Amino acid sequence: MNTVRSHVLISIDAGTIMAGARAVQAELVEEIKRKGLSGEVAVLETGNLGVTGMGVVLVVYPEGLYYANVTKEDVAEFVEEQLLKGRLVKRLLLTQAPKRYIIKREKTGLTREQPRIVLKNCGVINPESIEEYIAAGGYEGESKAVTGMTPDEVINEVKRAGLAGRGGAAFPTGMKWEFGRKAPGQEKYIVCNADEGEPGTFKDRLIMEGDPHKLIEGMVIAGYAVGATRGFIYIRGEYGLSIGRTERAIADARSFGLLGNSLFDKPFGFDIEVMKGGGAYVCGEETALIESIEGRRGHPRNKPPYPVTVGLWGKPTIVNNVETLANISEIVRNGANWFKQYGTPKCAGTKVYTILGHVATPGLIEVEMGTTLRDIIYEYGGGITNGKAFKGALVGGAAGAFLGPEMLDVKMDFVSLKEYAAALGSGAILVMNEGTSMADMLSSVLHFFKHESCGHCVPCRLGTARLVDIFDRVVESGAKNGELDRLLQISSVMKDTSFCPLGQSLYMPVSSALRYFRDEIAGS
Amino acid sequence: MDRPAIVRKFGPELRNILYILHELQDRNPQHYVAKEDIQACAEYLNVPYSYVHGVATFYTMFSLAPRGRNIIRLCDSPPCHLMGSTSVLDYLKGRLGIDVGETTADGAFTLELASCLGVCGVAPAIMINDEMYGKLTPERVDGILEERRKGA
Repeated sequence: MNTVRSHVLISIDAGTIMAGARAVQAELVEEIKRKGLSGEVAVLETGNLGVTGMGVVLVVYPEGLYYANVTKEDVAEFVEEQLLKGRLVKRLLLTQAPKRYIIKREKTGLTREQPRIVLKNCGVINPESIEEYIAAGGYEGESKAVTGMTPDEVINEVKRAGLAGRGGAAFPTGMKWEFGRKAPGQEKYIVCNADEGEPGTFKDRLIMEGDPHKLIEGMVIAGYAVGATRGFIYIRGEYGLSIGRTERAIADARSFGLLGNSLFDKPFGFDIEVMKGGGAYVCGEETALIESIEGRRGHPRNKPPYPVTVGLWGKPTIVNNVETLANISEIVRNGANWFKQYGTPKCAGTKVYTILGHVATPGLIEVEMGTTLRDIIYEYGGGITNGKAFKGALVGGAAGAFLGPEMLDVKMDFVSLKEYAAALGSGAILVMNEGTSMADMLSSVLHFFKHESCGHCVPCRLGTARLVDIFDRVVESGAKNGELDRLLQISSVMKDTSFCPLGQSLYMPVSSALRYFRDEIAGS
Repeated sequence: MDRPAIVRKFGPELRNILYILHELQDRNPQHYVAKEDIQACAEYLNVPYSYVHGVATFYTMFSLAPRGRNIIRLCDSPPCHLMGSTSVLDYLKGRLGIDVGETTADGAFTLELASCLGVCGVAPAIMINDEMYGKLTPERVDGILEERRKGA
């Protein structure tokens, strides 16, 4: 193997491709060749580097220097200065990077604490190389489970780890698997919910773009534990790069004998197919997603029976979120006790968040459960842009809760937020500065729900439309005749009577917005 | 377009219906699911026309009306809304001289609203056909429209 003195990692994800990463990459390779450095410097492709909205992002190793907003025109100077002469190109250097990289990997001072389980390989390995994934310890969990553990042992390990579903509902994963294992039936399925549609959430996209094998490995282990032989990954149609990389990873895993029949010469086999969605928020609801895979309109089903007993094609089916499954291989490989050292006693592990809106450095982070909202915004998100004051945050997407400044020190985990009638949801944190109109934001949430209501049940179909009608009047001429109480009343009825979580969840944004910002909204 | 050949790329199982519709729409020069497409899909899967129509109208990625060469899908979910998607929408409407759901007379652009596109880190964002564009400003919109008009 040739050794090189320097590596340049370039992030190729949907965001950087938008900013021209492919062209920068091609130019970089050419320029390195022109300068005669091909034998000394290697250019490697990787997933998201944790920096979003700053154009094309590069890291130079061994120095661990981050460069952002690199354009094709900058490449000649970058190669000449940084790679040939070893001098910094200060105007492109990311000096004020937020606290968002792993502490041990770099020593430049840009990097601070961020324990990474799910995103361990994101921005480190080439997501299109199964060899790199394996070199980073990949598929060890699958091998350990299939060759050295019984399905019950796997389930017990996941239960002991205390992993809760990361899609928003926080249902204990091990318990779900146990139900699936005990459900009668010969044929069972594992479905990965990658129909990520919650506004402000794109963590699953970056996991699939940055480390698709981790998801595949998690699904195989789930299949082994539950007794399933087939898996489906339902990815939203807009996620072209995720679909491509996941399909490629599946093909590579098959050719390496890590997916398919008689894995590790054992009588267990598992295979996975990718399904492409059609653009419907409600399909993120597990039974609607199952309907969609079967080839129907994505209307939710009655529950119970739950999918663990009657799911895809009437068979027992486990539906897990991408992030949940991406935790599995590390739990099996390192054990439940290792996993429990992260997070809080009631809520183990880490959570991947997307921080957005009026923050200096929007993007993807993975931090321990229980990290405060203040730390997430000010330490990891770089604080509010232009030195403005924090006004509120919408946590958990459109189906989440508005939180005011008095909530900055609340611990972010499934259990703590529940005490404040809020939820972690999908992990989206939309930050709003002092100039934001909360009425306008609530209006945006209501319009979103009106558009995405699937029309299947009356409370949600009519309720979302009425909420928009009423609130449009409030925005127009203020709340005069008890309109705000009507909003609460309608959304509360929707919470009690809607068929699926879509209609049930509107009460949270409505009630929380009015809890923290009622006076402002009434006067709008 | 050879519809029977397109649908036969997939097995005749109901679960392939979204794939078949995606493919038919992508192959249609006017980027929509025509009545003939629905008919071909229904015959192939052996389900009623109304069934396929129901599925195609449920998912927002399918259009039952002809569209332009460039389909602009503007995200107006809360994160993009916060970062100014409304101004981008107004600007696009003005530049293109069309409203949401309409196509320019020269067939170059169709303007649609979309729910969260999942690129919220660079809000406000739009998707044109398969490509994403973020951090939009009026100046950037002009450049993108120009580029797409030439390319299309």
